[in-house]
Amino acid sequence: MRKPLKILGLALLMAIGVSSPSWAISVFACEPEWAALSVEIGGPKVTTYTATTALQDPHQIQARPSLIAKARAADITVCTGAELEIGWLPQILAQAANKKIAPGSPGSFEATRYVVLLEKPTSLDRAGGDIHAAGNPHIQSDPRVMLPVGKALAARFAQIDPANAALYQQRYAAFAVKWQAALNRWQARAAPLRGQPIAVQHKTWVYLENWLGLRRVVALEPKPGVPASSGYLAQVLGILQKTPVKMIIRSAYEDDRSSSFIAQRTGKPAVVLPYTIGGTPGAKDLYSLYDDTITRLLAALK
Amino acid sequence: MKRAVSRLGLCAAVAAISLTALPAQAAEPAPDLATLQQEIAQMRADYEARISALEAKLAQAQAAAPAAVPTDTADASADATPPAGSEDQSPPVDEASAEPVAAPTANGNAQNPGVSVVLNGNYFADSRDPAASRIAGFPLGDEAGPPVRGFSLAESEITLAANVDPYMSANLTVSFDGQGAADVEEAYIQSTALPGGFTLKGGRFFSGIGYLNERHAHNWSFIDMPLPYRALLGGQLGDDGVQIRWLAPVGMFLEFGAEAYRGDSFPAGGAASRGAGTQTVFVHTGGDFNDSWSWLGALSYVRAKSDGRETFDPINGLDSFTGDTKLGIVSGVLKWAPGGNVVQRNLVLSGEYFFGNEKGQFNGLNADLDRSGWYAQAVYQFRPRWSAGLRYSRMSAGDVPFALAGSTLDDLGHNAWNASALVEYDSSEFGRFRLEYTRDEGDLNAGDQLWLQYTVVYGPHGAHRY
Repeated sequence: MRKPLKILGLALLMAIGVSSPSWAISVFACEPEWAALSVEIGGPKVTTYTATTALQDPHQIQARPSLIAKARAADITVCTGAELEIGWLPQILAQAANKKIAPGSPGSFEATRYVVLLEKPTSLDRAGGDIHAAGNPHIQSDPRVMLPVGKALAARFAQIDPANAALYQQRYAAFAVKWQAALNRWQARAAPLRGQPIAVQHKTWVYLENWLGLRRVVALEPKPGVPASSGYLAQVLGILQKTPVKMIIRSAYEDDRSSSFIAQRTGKPAVVLPYTIGGTPGAKDLYSLYDDTITRLLAALK
Repeated sequence: MKRAVSRLGLCAAVAAISLTALPAQAAEPAPDLATLQQEIAQMRADYEARISALEAKLAQAQAAAPAAVPTDTADASADATPPAGSEDQSPPVDEASAEPVAAPTANGNAQNPGVSVVLNGNYFADSRDPAASRIAGFPLGDEAGPPVRGFSLAESEITLAANVDPYMSANLTVSFDGQGAADVEEAYIQSTALPGGFTLKGGRFFSGIGYLNERHAHNWSFIDMPLPYRALLGGQLGDDGVQIRWLAPVGMFLEFGAEAYRGDSFPAGGAASRGAGTQTVFVHTGGDFNDSWSWLGALSYVRAKSDGRETFDPINGLDSFTGDTKLGIVSGVLKWAPGGNVVQRNLVLSGEYFFGNEKGQFNGLNADLDRSGWYAQAVYQFRPRWSAGLRYSRMSAGDVPFALAGSTLDDLGHNAWNASALVEYDSSEFGRFRLEYTRDEGDLNAGDQLWLQYTVVYGPHGAHRY
């Protein structure tokens, strides 16, 4: 019973492969995690270009000529959205003269549209620092978002490339099963982290905190995007004396000065998390990104 | 072998059937253990998603109350005692996730254009009278000189920008000088939906030639423009006209552009050729050497006709020119940031070489001058928010015929140059304070200049050019 089914599946795949030209969706992924998700969903039917690395602050990227050239050739941009890329992506789109990826068209995909965002500001005023109007955009630190985002991405790929719609849906379904298993594994491993108090450098980790039940006591930035003064760090030390934390977390692209300083003074470990694929040597793909994140958090707990 | 053949036959038959019934097959695969598992997992994920979306909304509603006063300490203590619901597993998952719906775009301004404002203020000290400032051998356009001494409000700008319809966008920039006189600096429409990598622009705008020319004053890396821009383009070239750009469909950035202008702006004058006096062509290219180093290069050419162009010189008074100006520009930019992360440290090296010819009647006398100039500059951000820069510019005016000796075109054997040093502090992406010192040997009468300037930008978050 099973063998003929497999053959049927193979034949289906072959039929699809033959009936459509050897065309692949060209994906311009703003961040590495979306490039990886695009490959999970699109498989051999997509080619990806990743605009940024884990060692670059995704808020502040230069609209380099190379990015414009890649955007010129793209069929779809797969980005975080929620204003994370507002300082550079609009400039690239303006210069790339590619209407396929213009905002609002099917070739413009923003992951944050498919997720309920946290920390939506009640007022928009730059006196509050670098605030994103739609809410905190750093959703990828919670791997659960990959399910709704992946589902939406499969639907979007199907819209752009209807000939392979079934393939995208199948690949998403297979991904969802694998991912759910990985989620269960991660959540079991991360159980000791539940309720643990932490300090963070930038409010990048709200979705991770939410996922693993970490308790954020304080952020080392007085306001989002505003570097800490020594006065503010002294204030932070005061808070940490009253409410000790287990670790101080920062992303791979952030300067280590504030977190190292606080770590030294409090004797608590400063933990570098990959933030996205490539941020640490261990975070090689979408799965090991979260493996490594949890390994690092657990190591700091000991 | 026989078995394989029969299997192949079966396979082909099944494939043929499955092709005709493709949608049904894809939607409802035969029950199999794996697919059953899949379905259950999906159902569970869906339900979990719905429940957790509700939980997330609840948690948000609960969290909104204590965070009403987001001061530093209040923020920290509110974090220290999290609201009751925050430890709950509330995955931020949207139940309506599958449809690629057109949710409202994050436009932020509904149907109003995006309004952004730039304010500038100067303190300027000069060991000479800035009104008598010259660049030896070059008749200067209106905006080529330094500002007045002392405190002054420099140019303020208001920009209104929006999409007009699905096919084009529009941009209006009005600038106000220190006295409050308004001037339309840019007012153009631009295509947004042309195929093939083409972009069309029409109206009044800054030309795409060179590297600095297209930038507005608040995006210059130094407070003033380098000498060749001031001497040969009157600060920067902007006029009424049309532009076409084409981005070549190749792996590297390669952009071609051509423009035609009225010819009312320096180095043209008098809207020659029935109001089509200036033409330009340019090529931009660039790429990355690696994560840390990237580059941009440009070649540009300007041809400008003048019909009674008038310029004012502090010594010789009013000058008039009728004839042709040709100008070529070679531009190079090299940028470095460790791993491409510009936040901590970064370096920008740039330089441009200008060369050309001006031929015609200068105050009624024959002139045919080969002129050139160049600048090189480096700006280094050595820590977040702080940068320092150095710049050197130099001009060569060419030899004048005997009849024009002593005129504005005569540099009296002096090649104009200046050298500047800059310190910049940014309070954020939107606020900037700069101190610039310039040793100016633009004229035989050398001098020292000191600038202090603030620049703030407010309104929607702009995206920056390379």
